[in-house]
Amino acid sequence: MALLQISEPGQTPEPHQQRRAAGIDLGTTNSLVATVRNGKSEALVDEQGWQLLPSVVRYHDNGSVSVGYEAQRAAVDDAQNTIVSVKRLMGRGKVDIQDSGYGFAEGDSPVPRIHTVGGDVTAVEVSAEILKRLEQRARQQLGGALDGVVITVPAYFDDAQRQATKDAAKLAGLNVMRLLNEPTAAAVAYGLDQKDEGVYAIYDLGGGTFDISILRFSRGVFEVMATAGDSALGGDDLDEAVSDWIMQQAGIEDDGDHRTRRYLMRSARAAKEALTNELEVRLDVERPEGGCWHGSLSREQFNKLVSPLVSKTLLPCQRALRDAGLEKTDIQEVVMVGGSTRVPYVRERVGEFFACRPHVDIDPDRVVAIGAAIQADVLVGNGQHDDMLLLDVIPLSLGIETMGGLVEKIVPRNTTIPVSKAQDFTTYKDGQTALSVHIVQGERELIGDCRSLARFELHGIPPMAAGAARIRVIYQVDADGLLSVTAREATTGIESHIDIKPSYGLSDNEIEQMLSDSIAHAEDDVSSRKLREQQVEAARTLEAITAALAADGQRLLDENERRLIERAMDDLQAVQQGDDVARIKQACQAVEQAGAEFAQRRMNDSIRQALAGHKLDEFKT
Amino acid sequence: MQELLTQNFFELFGLSPGFSLDVGELTQRYRELQQVVHPDRFATASSQERRLSMQCATHVNEAFQTLKHPLSRARYLLEMRGVAVDQSTSLPAEFLMEQMTLREQLEELSGQPEPLLALMQLRDDLGRRGSDLQQSFADLLGLDDNMSALQVFNKMQFIYRLQQELDAQEEHLAG
Repeated sequence: MALLQISEPGQTPEPHQQRRAAGIDLGTTNSLVATVRNGKSEALVDEQGWQLLPSVVRYHDNGSVSVGYEAQRAAVDDAQNTIVSVKRLMGRGKVDIQDSGYGFAEGDSPVPRIHTVGGDVTAVEVSAEILKRLEQRARQQLGGALDGVVITVPAYFDDAQRQATKDAAKLAGLNVMRLLNEPTAAAVAYGLDQKDEGVYAIYDLGGGTFDISILRFSRGVFEVMATAGDSALGGDDLDEAVSDWIMQQAGIEDDGDHRTRRYLMRSARAAKEALTNELEVRLDVERPEGGCWHGSLSREQFNKLVSPLVSKTLLPCQRALRDAGLEKTDIQEVVMVGGSTRVPYVRERVGEFFACRPHVDIDPDRVVAIGAAIQADVLVGNGQHDDMLLLDVIPLSLGIETMGGLVEKIVPRNTTIPVSKAQDFTTYKDGQTALSVHIVQGERELIGDCRSLARFELHGIPPMAAGAARIRVIYQVDADGLLSVTAREATTGIESHIDIKPSYGLSDNEIEQMLSDSIAHAEDDVSSRKLREQQVEAARTLEAITAALAADGQRLLDENERRLIERAMDDLQAVQQGDDVARIKQACQAVEQAGAEFAQRRMNDSIRQALAGHKLDEFKT
Repeated sequence: MQELLTQNFFELFGLSPGFSLDVGELTQRYRELQQVVHPDRFATASSQERRLSMQCATHVNEAFQTLKHPLSRARYLLEMRGVAVDQSTSLPAEFLMEQMTLREQLEELSGQPEPLLALMQLRDDLGRRGSDLQQSFADLLGLDDNMSALQVFNKMQFIYRLQQELDAQEEHLAG
């Protein structure tokens, strides 16, 4: 008889030295973390057995922070110090979020700081608290630190919102392997890649964001054809419509009081949720001046209240179809994601629009985290589904400001990423040595109607006659949808220095400062963190090149070449555990340099193999 | 990598260069290439390999986009033959007259009793003109008549621009 293997709770046996990877859904209302264990994906629970972690963070005057259900209970009574729906504030400037009800600290930074009794905090720091809590949960249950995570973002998030999410992960000490679009994650969870070929629409209405994505699947490859949406439209807005109606019915004045608003929003949300199964719901609402209002809300009335909002989601659906070059009838199935798609009226209208019954088989709250966990498992190299590939697009066009406040598009929306574009600039004055460029994201023609991403200045252009310098600026968008910029003067080859000022993002210095602040609490210091980071990087480099040598060393390198790489590896191994950051870094770079040619050969080789099936007569021209 | 960057886009996908091309086959090869070069294949690799992979994946995406769309494919083929694509060629007066008529139709769409229907008809009309031009472009290229091909390419650009404006109109009319 086979013996059953029993392990302590939270300590999974790891027979194949599986790496620890997790998928995180950082949601507007709730967040959760999931992983793949023994070939099955599952959401992880906390000590009380809850999977969902409410995305609520409360700051206390003694400097401590509570997250989740505990914080949620204080959301009404301690509204000013308890941050809800922080996702709506990510990557946003003061003007965008003025009416969110929080107190904001004065300051020069373009990133708003919410004033709390525990200190002033940015949305990035608040999100980092949620991530830390989820990381802790995963670490405890998987029996060690995570090797890497995949964090999901709405497909329609712009560069600033994505960067803010990545910054939050950095603050929480997570190694982000990929920012994954939520609809794509949902498609992965549904296993749509297992089907032969097909075109699907993913309708994702979350707590604060709306996305529609059109995806094409073909044997393991998920190709996003088009995406559209509204990054400030979600379940919160349905609640607000109901809350406004209650105020009107109950004769409650809107005096901008944060506590009353939170209270009404909570009642509205409860009513909305009850109406998923009921046709009518009773309402008992306390008036701020005392006394109680009793009333009821029918599903019919509710549908009428939210109808304009639901209609607002159908316009992007139309646009996404047009961008994908498709008709409604080309869509095979529609998958519903996000808690707000529980509302029967939403399902009804979406089904009507696409003329098919929407898929609702997987719990809309969990499907995104499950998909992210599967992708994280693939990326970390645990070997399942390893032919799965996700090709995402940039959701909003990138452009730069030109004369007269107009926008010149550089990368149009729905271009598959990674993508890069080059652009040539020249000087308009004799001896000009600097140049400034303003980058925006959006579809409108006027600069003021698009989102400002960053302004950058090029310095060190060699002085020449006006119009003689040729400065080539290269915009690179990576697989996470994040933009980076480099520039070079073409006639002299001088690399220009670029200062990037993110319009609504944190600068590298600010992040460093936050990191050292948070570490100060943990009685650690910056230099030991830097050392640890460099040691991890060294270990990663060694591991990667060892695996590469084992796979292709014999085939692609001669004795001499191999010896040079191995010597550099030995040098790195010798200093790896020491405490000299600079030396480890240098040795890392030496290994990379020694392996550069080898890396290129491997890449060429795999490209050749990929095309090997087709071949020779076709190559001859 | 060096190899990949110096190949022309047709070689990259293992296709013989020409205007007529099976988009399904191109798409298939594109997916196969991304399977091996995409950054997700290098999530745990050294930072150098990750950079390399991003460059390759970017290049493969650019090549795919260029060859997928008839207009950019035509431009690319002319450039491969050393034709200066951005020089202006004089187009026949007859063609320009047609363009003006089409443009008028486009501008008057919103005044039509059934604007969306009129828009659809105009779209079909432009589509037909576009594919006729593509056919003659392919023929001329086959005859190595680069200068006539360039003229047809310029006509294709006119049609393409009208199609784009039509899309903008549709978005406008649909609200």
